[in-house]
Amino acid sequence: MNPFSSGTRLRDMIRAIRSCKTAAEERAVVRKECAAIRAAISENDQDYRHRNLAKLMFIHMLGYPTHFGQMECLKLIASSGFPEKRIGYLGLMLLLDERQEVLMLVTNSLKQDLNHSNQYIIGLALCALGNICSAEMARDLAPEVERLLQFRDPNIRKKAALCSIRIIKKVPDLAENFINPAASLLREKHHGVLITGVQLCTDLCKVSSEALEYFREKCTEGLVKTLKDMANSPYAPEYDIAGITDPFLHIRLLKLLRILGQGDADASDCMNDILAQVATKIESNKNAGNAILYECVGTIMSIEDNGGLRVLAINILGRFLSNRDNNIRYVALNMLMKAITVDAQAVQRHRATILECVKDSDASIRKKALDLVYLLVNESNVKPLTKELIESLEASDQEFKGVLTAKICSLVEKFSPEKIWYIDQMLKVLSEAGNFVKDEVWHALIVVISNASDLHGYSVRALYRAFQTSTEQETLVRVAVWCIGEYGDMLVNNVGMLDIEEPITVTESDAVDALEVSIKRLNSDLTTKAMALIALLKLSSRFPSCSERIKDIILQNKRSFVLELQQRSIEFNCILQKHQNIRSALVERMPVLDEATFSGRRAGSLPTSVSTSTGTARNLPNGIAKPAAAPVADLLDLSSSDAPAPSSSGGDFLQDLLGVDLSPASAPPGTSQPPKADDKASLVNLNGLASLTSLSPNATSASPAPMMDLLDGFGPSPQKKEENGPAYPSLVAYESSTLRMTFNISKQPGNPQITLIQAIFTNLSPNVYNDFLFQAAVPKFLQLHLDPASSNTLPASGNGSIIQSMKVTNSQHGKKSLVMRIRIAYKINNKDVLEEGQVSNFPRDL
Amino acid sequence: MIHFVLLISRQGKVRLTKWYSPYSQKERTKVIRELSGLILTRGPKLCNFVEWRGLRVVYKRYASLYFCMCIDEDDNELEILEIIHHYVEVLDRYFGSVCELDLIYNFHKAYFILDELLIAGELQEPSKRTVARLVAAQDSLVETAKEQTSSITNIIAQVANTASL
Repeated sequence: MNPFSSGTRLRDMIRAIRSCKTAAEERAVVRKECAAIRAAISENDQDYRHRNLAKLMFIHMLGYPTHFGQMECLKLIASSGFPEKRIGYLGLMLLLDERQEVLMLVTNSLKQDLNHSNQYIIGLALCALGNICSAEMARDLAPEVERLLQFRDPNIRKKAALCSIRIIKKVPDLAENFINPAASLLREKHHGVLITGVQLCTDLCKVSSEALEYFREKCTEGLVKTLKDMANSPYAPEYDIAGITDPFLHIRLLKLLRILGQGDADASDCMNDILAQVATKIESNKNAGNAILYECVGTIMSIEDNGGLRVLAINILGRFLSNRDNNIRYVALNMLMKAITVDAQAVQRHRATILECVKDSDASIRKKALDLVYLLVNESNVKPLTKELIESLEASDQEFKGVLTAKICSLVEKFSPEKIWYIDQMLKVLSEAGNFVKDEVWHALIVVISNASDLHGYSVRALYRAFQTSTEQETLVRVAVWCIGEYGDMLVNNVGMLDIEEPITVTESDAVDALEVSIKRLNSDLTTKAMALIALLKLSSRFPSCSERIKDIILQNKRSFVLELQQRSIEFNCILQKHQNIRSALVERMPVLDEATFSGRRAGSLPTSVSTSTGTARNLPNGIAKPAAAPVADLLDLSSSDAPAPSSSGGDFLQDLLGVDLSPASAPPGTSQPPKADDKASLVNLNGLASLTSLSPNATSASPAPMMDLLDGFGPSPQKKEENGPAYPSLVAYESSTLRMTFNISKQPGNPQITLIQAIFTNLSPNVYNDFLFQAAVPKFLQLHLDPASSNTLPASGNGSIIQSMKVTNSQHGKKSLVMRIRIAYKINNKDVLEEGQVSNFPRDL
Repeated sequence: MIHFVLLISRQGKVRLTKWYSPYSQKERTKVIRELSGLILTRGPKLCNFVEWRGLRVVYKRYASLYFCMCIDEDDNELEILEIIHHYVEVLDRYFGSVCELDLIYNFHKAYFILDELLIAGELQEPSKRTVARLVAAQDSLVETAKEQTSSITNIIAQVANTASL
């Protein structure tokens, strides 16, 4: 015995490894064996090479690295004995893959083995080649394989056929060489050769259209006959499976016929009979039969239309659908999805069964059924289908809920016939699976609600009811909070009751309770709380009796660590305390949100989520729009400009709303930026907040304005000093008997849109003017920036003047000229005087 | 086509792997891990098909072993179930009431049988009898070769021994 042999036999090594109790033990055993094998390799041990390789393969299966054994495979393959070659080829297929260069070294051995006298060795070589050859090897050895397609032994022919498949997949150019030999294989009697021959033809057709034409012309009839013989053949024990002779051959033939018949009427005609025969005669109580039927249905659906056959096929699918076997149902759903493109009507008939499958306990089936249902929905069946889907929502598990919710929401949106139905369905979905609903979906819901003015009362009552039961669904809470805030009065007074509604008594205090709960609940996130705060503010105006209580609730957040909440709390508190007079105007009913713009906006995929911000971008889900510095216009009713000013992304939406006609009856709801402690800072803040980066459809309210400028007691409007290079003649912008205002205009170099104006005020009366305050407003397409005035006392009779600088940015520079509305307030002997006017005599090209 | 064949035990141990599509060694380990997780956790009453990475994996459980085959989307899943059963029956015929232990200690034989059944991811022979016959013929070749070498070794050993005496 060779003193260097690795002593253990394969069996012993496996036993040793299996008896290891821990991973460390196993590693030790493996390491020892590997060492022995490595030693044997370096000694070039002949005798136990194949045993060592077998061991190496086992170790490889356990997951350890074994690349040092790759050359051993090559050596074994190169040796002359059959056992060595057998193990060598096996090792090759296991330890190597086609991407490794070592593989190339085998090419020569393979070539020799393909010409070996021992047919089993030829078989080994073909097998290895067919499993892992690379493109170069394929090209080199293709002629050999081609030759072997006509070898005397059928087992070699069948292996050669499958090997050829790999070759033509790797090197499609070679396909032509295989067409003729493949065609002759189709006339064989040996089942193995026939199956592999059919498979080769199928793959040839996929790779080369020339082959497809050839087979279609020459072989279709022969194939049909073969299938017929198969179907009618008597019992053959060797090939029998479940009472059917060679189901595999049936299936392969059907597959090839499918490819040949697709798109060709003649070929399809040829096969109609046999397809009908197979579809009707094959028994479907065993899997083998079902496999054949499945393939048959697939073929029928793909070839040219024959009415009767199609009906037959769909019926078989219908039978499959009601089969208790999960596999069959899965397979049927799969085929139905493909069938929809061909014959949607027929598939609709099986809608009920498909809906059952959506509730199935098997996840694969559920998913497939849902996809199918989605394809089946149209205007006429959307209502019952949605009802079913929502029912299955209740029964489904977490993973599936997300997918199902998304699908339901998209269906409801696409096909909803009327608004009230849409609102109902969305409410159900929100109550059931609100946490899975995406932001844009519930934004859309709010847009719809606000547009359905006759349904406001209904919506808010329904939401209130839902809110009582399903507070854990975040989005439901948000929508409810918004509606209660907006339409609280309708809720309490039962406005707009529809016949179908049940009466519900909700007191003002109940409504406030609901909002308080939503702030206080544990899993409310920032958005919900923020929305609840503004809703409370709205209610404080609608329900004055609850004002105190609301104030207390709002104040509780005064010290919140979250900036957004703290800010809102303080601001709203200010409004409640100091600005009672404007409060109602502030939180008046919102104007209708423009649906068309919203959906257009959405399609343009602007970020719509009301995200919990870190404080820099303030997202305002409802109501308070941070004004751009410009649009004081609307408040002063300056609508001289029609075109909305282009502004930053968020501002767009704002602008559209500003474009909405604000009837004078309802005083244009303005928003106020209640002053913070530091007045001077506030204008800066205002400008900063003008960038509305996030777009929420419910972020609106109409206008904006730096109301500060117009409200008393807010401190002097911040003004800016500025330079004036007289590029233009100074013009008298305003003159009355008591006051003259002169503008010195210059252009900022480099920026034609910006105009720098220096206003000089001269007192034309003999009285001194105290607390002089100049304010100006410009239309939307302009932006105005005022600097602080030089002083606020204007000496009498022109003995001094006040100078104030401002900067105007004209976004419609060149198209529209500047225009400005002014208001000057001052005191004479402690009596207030107010002068107003309009400056429209600016030079045209500013 | 069949992209790969996987035999895993209930505890997740790999008993056999055969790859007909190019997967590097690293990818193979990853695939095995993923599929083990996916398949071993499925309940008994569910269907035998799992969708994975755009492909479909058909699996069937026989006693403590899961036989998995990964196929393309447009292949016939029910047929693959038949192929798996075909393989198991041939194994059964060869080993005589095959159990997992047989496949562990004789994994190379399981591979040889698989190679007579599938090449390039396609079915090779629908007749179990033929497959068994072929494998038996090759086994006998191996036996004969072994006997020859051992008899030669014996002779040489005897000669060497007598020579050293």
